[in-house]
Parts: sequence; structure tokens; C-alpha cells
Amino acid sequence: MATAADLDRPADSVEAFREEARAWLAANFDPALRGQDNAMSAVDGPSAETDAQRKWREAMGEKGWGVPTWPRDYGGGGLSRAEARVLQEEMAKIGAWNPIGGMGVMMFGPTLLEYGNEAQKSEHIPRIARGEVRWCQGYSEPGAGSDLASLQTFAEDKGDHYLVNGQKTWTSGGQWADKCFALVRTDKSQKHAGISFLLIDMTSEGVETRPIRLISGASPFCETFFTNVKVPKENLVGREGQGWEIGTRLLQHERNSLSGGSGSAARMNAGRTVPEIAKKYRGADAEGRIADADLRTRIIKHEMDQRAFALTLRRAALEAKGNAGPSAATSIMKNVGARITQDRAELNIEIMGMQGLGWEGEGFTPAELEQTRTWLWGKAVSIYGGSSEIQNNVIAKRILGMLDHQ
Amino acid sequence: MAALNEEQVMLRDMAREWADNESPVTAFRKLRDAGSATGFDPEAWSAIGAMGWAGIVIPEEFGGSAFGYLSLGLVVEQLGRNLAATPLGATAVAASAIVMGSSDKAKKDWLPRLASGEAIATLAIDDGPSHDMKFTASVDGGKLSGTKPFVAEGDGADAFVVAAADGLYLVAKGEGVTVSTRHMADSRSHAAVTFKHAPAERLGDTALTQAIVDRAAAVTAAEMLGMAESAFRQTLDYLKQRVQFGQVLSSFQALQHRMAKMLTELELMRSAVEGALEAIDAGRSDVDQAVSLAKAVANDTLRLVSREMVQLHGGVGMTDEFDAGLYLKRAAVLETMWGTASWHRDRFGRLNGY
Repeated sequence: MATAADLDRPADSVEAFREEARAWLAANFDPALRGQDNAMSAVDGPSAETDAQRKWREAMGEKGWGVPTWPRDYGGGGLSRAEARVLQEEMAKIGAWNPIGGMGVMMFGPTLLEYGNEAQKSEHIPRIARGEVRWCQGYSEPGAGSDLASLQTFAEDKGDHYLVNGQKTWTSGGQWADKCFALVRTDKSQKHAGISFLLIDMTSEGVETRPIRLISGASPFCETFFTNVKVPKENLVGREGQGWEIGTRLLQHERNSLSGGSGSAARMNAGRTVPEIAKKYRGADAEGRIADADLRTRIIKHEMDQRAFALTLRRAALEAKGNAGPSAATSIMKNVGARITQDRAELNIEIMGMQGLGWEGEGFTPAELEQTRTWLWGKAVSIYGGSSEIQNNVIAKRILGMLDHQ
Repeated sequence: MAALNEEQVMLRDMAREWADNESPVTAFRKLRDAGSATGFDPEAWSAIGAMGWAGIVIPEEFGGSAFGYLSLGLVVEQLGRNLAATPLGATAVAASAIVMGSSDKAKKDWLPRLASGEAIATLAIDDGPSHDMKFTASVDGGKLSGTKPFVAEGDGADAFVVAAADGLYLVAKGEGVTVSTRHMADSRSHAAVTFKHAPAERLGDTALTQAIVDRAAAVTAAEMLGMAESAFRQTLDYLKQRVQFGQVLSSFQALQHRMAKMLTELELMRSAVEGALEAIDAGRSDVDQAVSLAKAVANDTLRLVSREMVQLHGGVGMTDEFDAGLYLKRAAVLETMWGTASWHRDRFGRLNGY
């Protein structure tokens, strides 16, 4: 079905692009890389890049197709949404994955394109497009979680630079990041209006990261300490005091990507489905159905929820006009995506019984051990990027116009 | 909203405007209080006929527009918002049975009159109070016998599309057909229809029965979508103006989160319902799955929203003067028609081999 955005581009030119994409991918994607993934954005940290992986990243980076819809002037692909969709389809056909990823692509890049000045865009966007820089997010603090605007990390005006002091937490990939986009306080007298959006080099003197061990055993997050860190004034994005506006815009991009809007749901579904796992571990009845009737009903409900969500993501993509970007409706998608991810993991460990609760060692298959960790890690999904409760606040206030107590 | 073409956008906006101006909930109330014999307002029905809505799924050669099911769903959804009492959905899907059926005579005799709204048709499918796709009506020498205890829009229908054990038949009102009104909680037309050696025209086998039931379920889900959206909006408006403890109710977080949850479910419902209507129009092979998904999600969501509508209106939600009860009662009837949520979940599971 055609969308408004597609109508201004004749279908045959999109199909001509398909040929171009197919030919370029055939020439540049090494089939031996199938089934691998972007080394830079793995939850457990970047693994060493193989030569073949590096070649693929460089080729995609040069072409700008890792960020297909970003403007060509800043190293993006300059593709229309229709062409980007074709590219994604052609990549999926041959098992090619996007080697350009991470927070720079998902959140920071789109935000900087909107709010950054020319010098900032020219410096940062092309390097994100080529996958050369790892960005991390300096938002949450020990005392500022859901109430993010109460953050205290202070950037003191020292003339030509800011002097930053404070502590951030839940810094995803902070221990591996080159740079950090951070919300800092430049004015202590105002809550929201005292916040600014600052870019901090993680190699600066006075920056220290400590990984946090999670219930899943992994340490994808850090505590990050800033002690008398000097940050040049030109690293301020927008105006002083505009940080809350820019920061919440970035969160919409984050929710959009977390909801599976950019295809991560499809990746999570790779491998066996819940019904397949149920038949393997719990057996089938005489009709070939999942034997336990109550479990079967709950699995069917889950599968239907997932189907309705997939239709909703498709509908949202078709309805998105032009490049207006994500809206408050992404809060809805984030909550449903979180619910489905967690339901799936809970069903899987229930189905597998004790075999689905192994921690390590003998007697468990790798898939079983991974299931335990996936289940535990999945508890973060309804907390990070704004908890489900915060998303409900956003839906009630921004979409439904329900206001606070007066 | 699915990606609509220009015609569909115009049709939707026109239906919405007509429903709000000519068929608000007060019109249904008036009809109910007057104890209408046919369950619809003849003037409103003739306006619907004149606008061509009854012919949306009928081919142009028989006087229809052949816009398709997504278009029909858009209109039915707008009417559902205001609980408009019309036999539009029933007539359109019954017409589909004739269109898809094998009888040229039935096509010639009925489709032009159904497309213009001159005649009304409905579906006489289920044998009992619950939808189960088991039929006992039989046909012998072109005469059909059997009883259908709950036929929606049966009071005003000129023709019945009847499910017999071996397939689908068309029976005209008259010889061998007895219609007796049943009074249901939703105050809409429902009738017990008995066929005794009634002359019947064969339309197709049980595969056609299934295809028509799937279409009926999808159109019903579209009506439910309109109802759910409207019930939700009315509840939201009420929360924004009702003051307790010196605060409007909409400022209480416990209520905000319940509304956010409902809006979330409504988004999934719209996707599932439009997905089923699009699957029908595209002639996809998995229409059955798409319809079961749509009806199950529609049932769950309208149940949530219509029950919350009463609860969040508090005491006034229990009064006949407020509309919450009207939505609640119609919701329960539509949840039952063409299969409950659990029935469709079971079917979805079977279709997928779960």
C-alpha cells in the first residue's frame, strides 16, 4: 500500500533503486558474515572486529547506508523512506546486517541533526555515519531516575569552558564510549529551565567509569563520575537552559528504537518461537497441540498480542508523514514492546522448567543458559528509557491532555 | 488509520459527519423509547441507501461501488461511534454472500435492490446462543427447514442468508418463514427466525459459509472499534470536567494510567481490525487468522473500555440517562456475536498449529 511519502516518488524509481542496492550489496557483503552482528553495539560490550567485519563497516560507512535516511551532506545515505525500506528488505534477503549502530545512530545523531549548529553537525554526524565513534548517554543520576529533571551534575561557567562535577548512572556502554551526550545543570535556581545539553569527551581528565553488575550477571551499564572535568563552551548544544527540550526529544528517538520501530523486534524473534519451544519441552497432545491447555491459551494470547503489535508498528510506519520523526505515541509502542518482550521470556522459562533456570556449567544447552540471562535482562526493558509508569504519564499528559493537580 | 486513498478519506469523513449530525446517540435513544418494530429508522436507512453505503461491497454492474471491506469498515466504524441503529453491516455482508455465491438469479434479483437500500438482507447463521459453526438446517428439494434463534436485524429483513449443514442459502421473507422479535439488552433488532420448507436458492458450500462469517466478524469488529473509541473519548471528557476533592478527576494518576492503558489497547485494536479488513480486500489466504485476531482483540478491548466507562463515570454511569449503559449493553452483544475472544483465540491457535 502506498503512503503519502511514497507518492511523490514514482514506484519504478524505487524499483530501480532495488536493483542498485542488490548489486552493491552483492559486491560488498561477504556471505561469510551472515548471522553475525554489529560488534559495536552488543549488550555485553564490543568484541574485537574481524578484518571482514571492518571491511563491511567501512564499505557501509563510506556509502552512508548505515544511516540511510540521514542527509548525504553529513555522510548519510540521503535515501527516501521508501528506498530505505527497500534497502532493508534487500539486506534481510541475503542476511546482511547493519554494521553501523549504537546510541549515536539511534538517539544522538537524529537529535543533533535537529538542534546542533553547523560546526557540531559537521564534526559529529559523519563520524557516527561511518561507525567510528561510540556515544553514551549521561542522563540518569543516583537521585534522578524517573524524576530526571531533578538532576544535579553541575556545569559551572568558567568563561571559555564549563567545569563539570557530578555523578551519572546507568550509563550504557560508558566503559567503552568515546563521547557522552549529557544533561547537566547550568542554573541551580530553576528545575527544567536550568538544564543544558552538553557533549563531553570520555577521555577527558576527571572522567571515571565503574561497571555495575546486574541480576543477569552482565555489566552493560556504568556509574560515571565527573570530577572537575573541563568541557569547551562550543560543546553546548542549543542554548543554555534548552537542555530539557533537546533531551526529551532525544528520548522520543530512544523510545522509538526501543519499541522495535527500527527492526530490533525481528532480531529478537530469530530462532525458535514460543510455541515451538513449548512443544519441544512440554510435548503435544493427540491432535498435535501444545499439551497443557492453560499454557496453550496463554501462549496463543502472547502470539496474538505480538501479531497485533507488528501490525501496529507497520501502521505507524505507513502513517508517519514526511520526516516528522517520532511522536508521543512512541510511548505506547515502548510499553507494548516491553510487555511482549517480558511475556515471552516469562513463558519461555516457565515452559522449560528447571532447565530454563540454569546459570552456568554442565547440563544446560547454550540456548537454555542464554534464556535465563535474557529473562533477567528483560526486566530492564520496562524500566530503562523511561519506565512504563513514566510512559503512561507521557501518554496521559501529552496525548490525552490530562493535567496535574492544580 | 491505515493508509487510506482519497476516496476512503472522503467516505470516512462523510460518514462521520452524517453520523454526528443525523444519527447521534439521542437518535438511537428515541428509537428505543418508541419501541420501533424493525429496530431502525426508515428515514435514516433511506439516507444511507442514497449515499450508496449499502453498495460498498457490491460490484458496479449491480449498482454498487465495489470500494471493498476497508471502506465498509470505515463507515460502520463511524456509525458505531454513535450506536447508530442501522442494518447496514448485515445487509452489506449478506450481499457479499450473494456476490461470492453461485446463483446468477440471486445476483440479478437482489443485488441492485440491496445496493440502493431498497431491500434489506441479513445473516441467519448460528443455531444457538453461542457461535460454534455447527449447523443443522437442511434443504430438501429446494426447500429449507431449520431454526435460527438469534438473527440480528431479522425484524426488518427482506431476505436471509442462511447457514445449512451443507452450505449457504438465500431465503426470501414470505413463504415458510416466521420471524418473531426477541428483546435483547442492547435494544436492537434481534429475531428468532423459523424456516419451514421455505424456498431456498443455493449460494455455495461450507467454505462460503466460513468466508461470509469471517466478513461478518470483521465488520462487527469495525463497529466495535467505533464504539470503543467513542466510549473512551466520552470517558476522557467526563474525567476532565468532573471535580472531586477540589480537583478534576483527570488529574489523578491512578485514573491517568488506566486511560493510558486503554489508549494503548485501542491502538492495537485499530491495527488488528484494519488488518483484517485489508486482508479481505487483498484476498489473502490468511483472512481466517487475521479475522480471529481482529475479533479477539476487539472483544478484549471493547470489554475493557465499556466496563471502565461505567466505572469511571461512577454513579451516573449506572443511570439510564447517561450513555455508558447503552455502550455496555451493545458491547456485550457484539462480543458474543460471531465468536467470543476465547473462541477466536482457540481458532487462531488451531490455524497456527499451536
